[in-house]
Amino acid sequence: MTGLRILLGAVILGGLGAAAPFTPLWLISLVTLAMSTGLVVCGLIILWRGGLVPFGQALFFATGAYTVALSGRWFGLTDAFLLIGLAVIMAALVAFVVGFLLAQYREIFFAMLSLALSMILYGVLVKSETLGSTDGINVTQASFFGLKPRGPGYTFALFWLALGMVFTAWVGVSAYLGSVAGQLAGAIRDNEIRVEYLGISVTRLVHLKLTISAALAGAGGALAALSISHVDPQMAYWTTSGGFVFVTILAGAASVPAAFLGALLFEIVRTIAVALLPGGWQLILGSVLLLTILFVPEGLGSLMIRKRAAVTEKGAA
Amino acid sequence: MQGTSIRACLARKVSAALLFTALPIAAVAQTTPAAPAVPPVKLGIVTFLTGPAAGPFGIPGRNSAEIMIEMLNAGKVPAPYATPGLAGAPILPKFVDEAGSSANQVTEFRNLVQRDGMNAVVGYISSGNCLAVAPVAEELKALTVFWDCGTPRIFEEKPLKYVFRATPHATMDNVAAARYVLKKFPDLASFSGINQNYAWGQDSWRDFVAAMKALAPKATVDKELLPKLFAGEFGAEISALLTTNSKVVHSSFWNGDLESFIVQNGARGLPARSTMVYTAGETAMFRLGAKIPDGTIIGARGPHGVMAPDTPLNKWFRGVYEDRFATSPTYPAYHMAQSILGLKSAWDKAAAAKGGQQPSIDEVVKAFEGLEFEGPSAKIRMAIGNGHQGIADIAYGSFRFNKAEGKAEIVDIVRYPAECVNPPANMTSTAWLEAGMPGAKCN
Amino acid sequence: MITVIAIVTDGLVYAAWLFVVAIGLTLIFGVMKILNVAHGAFYAFGAYAAATAIGLYFDRGWPVVGGYLAIATAAIAIGLVMGYILERVFLRRVYGRDEVVVVLITYALFLILEDVLILIWGTDGRSAYQPYTEAGSFTVGGLPLSVYDIGLVGFAGLLAIASSLAIKRTTFGRLLTAVIYDRETAAAFGVNVTRVYTVTFLVGAVLGALGGALTAPKISVTPGLGVEVIVLAFAVVAIGGMGSMEGALVGALIVGLFRAGAVHLIPQLELFSIYAVMALVLVFRPQGLFSRAQPRKI
Repeated sequence: MTGLRILLGAVILGGLGAAAPFTPLWLISLVTLAMSTGLVVCGLIILWRGGLVPFGQALFFATGAYTVALSGRWFGLTDAFLLIGLAVIMAALVAFVVGFLLAQYREIFFAMLSLALSMILYGVLVKSETLGSTDGINVTQASFFGLKPRGPGYTFALFWLALGMVFTAWVGVSAYLGSVAGQLAGAIRDNEIRVEYLGISVTRLVHLKLTISAALAGAGGALAALSISHVDPQMAYWTTSGGFVFVTILAGAASVPAAFLGALLFEIVRTIAVALLPGGWQLILGSVLLLTILFVPEGLGSLMIRKRAAVTEKGAA
Repeated sequence: MQGTSIRACLARKVSAALLFTALPIAAVAQTTPAAPAVPPVKLGIVTFLTGPAAGPFGIPGRNSAEIMIEMLNAGKVPAPYATPGLAGAPILPKFVDEAGSSANQVTEFRNLVQRDGMNAVVGYISSGNCLAVAPVAEELKALTVFWDCGTPRIFEEKPLKYVFRATPHATMDNVAAARYVLKKFPDLASFSGINQNYAWGQDSWRDFVAAMKALAPKATVDKELLPKLFAGEFGAEISALLTTNSKVVHSSFWNGDLESFIVQNGARGLPARSTMVYTAGETAMFRLGAKIPDGTIIGARGPHGVMAPDTPLNKWFRGVYEDRFATSPTYPAYHMAQSILGLKSAWDKAAAAKGGQQPSIDEVVKAFEGLEFEGPSAKIRMAIGNGHQGIADIAYGSFRFNKAEGKAEIVDIVRYPAECVNPPANMTSTAWLEAGMPGAKCN
Repeated sequence: MITVIAIVTDGLVYAAWLFVVAIGLTLIFGVMKILNVAHGAFYAFGAYAAATAIGLYFDRGWPVVGGYLAIATAAIAIGLVMGYILERVFLRRVYGRDEVVVVLITYALFLILEDVLILIWGTDGRSAYQPYTEAGSFTVGGLPLSVYDIGLVGFAGLLAIASSLAIKRTTFGRLLTAVIYDRETAAAFGVNVTRVYTVTFLVGAVLGALGGALTAPKISVTPGLGVEVIVLAFAVVAIGGMGSMEGALVGALIVGLFRAGAVHLIPQLELFSIYAVMALVLVFRPQGLFSRAQPRKI
């Protein structure tokens, strides 16, 4: 990743941030929420490139979200940066621990075991009556370095925070995908044994990927908790994980920005579907997914890349 | 270029979406007499249109909202609601599906208020969604009336300004159930409970046990079963209940699980050994009819449905509802009707204080606080939660299947006054139950 | 003593139900390597079709015995129709694609079918209790049991035997085994793999629908019914070993007995029981209890 592209990304995100005060508030909230999904999908891309698809990423998402809610409730912590930092650490920690087990598995078994683990967290949360069981608990409004914006100011502050997180994730994940460890993902997907013959421990590599992706999911969960102001066990349910995989398919694993665009598109399609057909929005959502898989198999990100490739070719000619 | 065309395309899509949703509303609006001077009040209505809660709660709620809004706009509701619309302004409803995560609900709530410019929202069946939406409603200063969710936590955790709930909370259901059980079985030695393993089931059971402890300290708990929500298959639980000597089994099951449970326990003779108490049983009783054994104790989350008194308002409500939908209104329909009537009362009161002009939202909020108004089935007093939470009487009764007429009936109805089954304004429901329900006035 | 009887019978009844639901899923996975999320939709459609069929049948006042035939007919009919449409129109286009992509196709189909269900049958619950209640009950050791439930256990047992015989003794079963072991080699020996796939998917769909249809008389058939079943069936299949029939049977028995034990002895654990068993089994036997070791391909 070149300095130029980083600069370009910073300019685009900065432009979005500057445009916020001129954008309707509902749209800003919607984009913020979509970015929280985008962060999770970023993590899924890392795993996906290695041929791993977890059906239980909601485990880390919910860990992040509940970390934010409980830090506020039990310890009175309100600083958004601190909360997000804690959520990332907790999610990564959980992934590090379960990783010793999960990293041994591949394919559908990896998917199923991660699903089982997230459903166990769901069960624990439902059982916790002091945490409101399925009703969940409210998240206290965050502060930003001692500032406590309220009303629309809070919506803007969260949006800018989200942009900052997206930028960090984008630079970080792109750097990782470009590194040797990141590049090995494709090799793991194609043939693990050959990678082992290179003298590299595939299990350790998968463990690392899992931890990174969990940190991103934790960040996404934290952002979602702050922007919804409420957390509930549904965040750990398998349908939540299904939603993340859905967006990953929509976006494709080809590029990191596609994760965020895919998440945004998903949120927009869902909200339009709800408005269009209040009693049948799942039908629209399912059809979009189906058509994407059938006709744009590599995800929407691949369209962008194809286009770029075409432009480069033309330039070369 | 690419960017602008995508945005233009999106804008087209969004406006198309708005257009489509506006169509049915326009159709409703046309049937009402034109009142050109007053701009309409836009009312967002959120209820389950899909998923397991749609059939028993969501759709009766939507039907009730549809007919109430139509009749209010036409000025056809009996006194004291005979004036058209909300202080003369016609109501323009927009229906939204409650299915989906609470994140979706918060997003759609913002969309309703900030994008679609709703003046007020009447919504939410799930307590989780109510809890999630409440802080956002405060943030947006959006007048919101919760119409069916039951958790007492809404106003007990922190005071709210823009949120109201005319429907009493669920503590009442279980306190009244305990009182009714002890009236039928004064020497009850032990009881059991089977409730779904999620917030509603856990809270209902906890409140019931606490009320029993206060009223009959000697009665013990035999089995405490909390099967998974929507489990559908209760064979093991029924066996567990069959192995106890409980005279009474408490259950807050609703619809699908409730009906499955009734059929399965009936087939295995559980009702012959224990009397069942279904705190939300009313939604199922017409569908199951003779499948429910006589003597089963049935609640309706208020004095609704067949337990409602024979007032002109109630007669009218049942009449128009049955004419339109060819089925009797169950308690969710009553909850919706009383929520909309509460909103109308507050609106009209605020307008009256202003000499008939349309009030601002803050003025409606002020008028709503501590308001008393007539619902189809009971007088509602916004007496607790700083004047934001309604209390009302509740009734319990015993099921009987009238073989001669082939009709499900409720007999031995006992009506409990609001103060008998609700905590006072200065106490949370848990604290009140744990203290042994001090200050309860039952006569 | 009564508790022991209760645990065993409840466990068996639950296991029978799980087995009927899971066997179609494991069959499709074993042969086609498709983790079929739409199985939940087969289940739900089967339940609705059976409820409708039972309603129509008993409205005519016909004898009770035929009601059971009505259930089976409805399930087979709807399973065949749905299986055929899904396989022909959608799945056939993606054979050979990444397993996960195919899972997502079935996930998308599931989302769509959930709403189609509401479009066809509406949001109100359906009930068709006659076959269940008419079957009556009997008492064992002081514990009343439902004849229908015990009948289900018998049916599941017959299904297990029949499927085992079908695989070991019939020509198609042998072809199936060949495809399960090595699709490419089977194809090279002239097995019409596409045809095997179609038949397998149809059989799987019918079994899924049958699971729903047999449950319909016991429950109120409501929207959202399929969601709960998918994860349960997955868990059973993962415990037993993906694609293994014996595995599905043993997985169902383990989960059923474990759950019944939890309900009677430690009800607090009921919610976790299935996932805890699944995680535990996967820790020690990653491929499930009855799965063959995969050869390493370099």
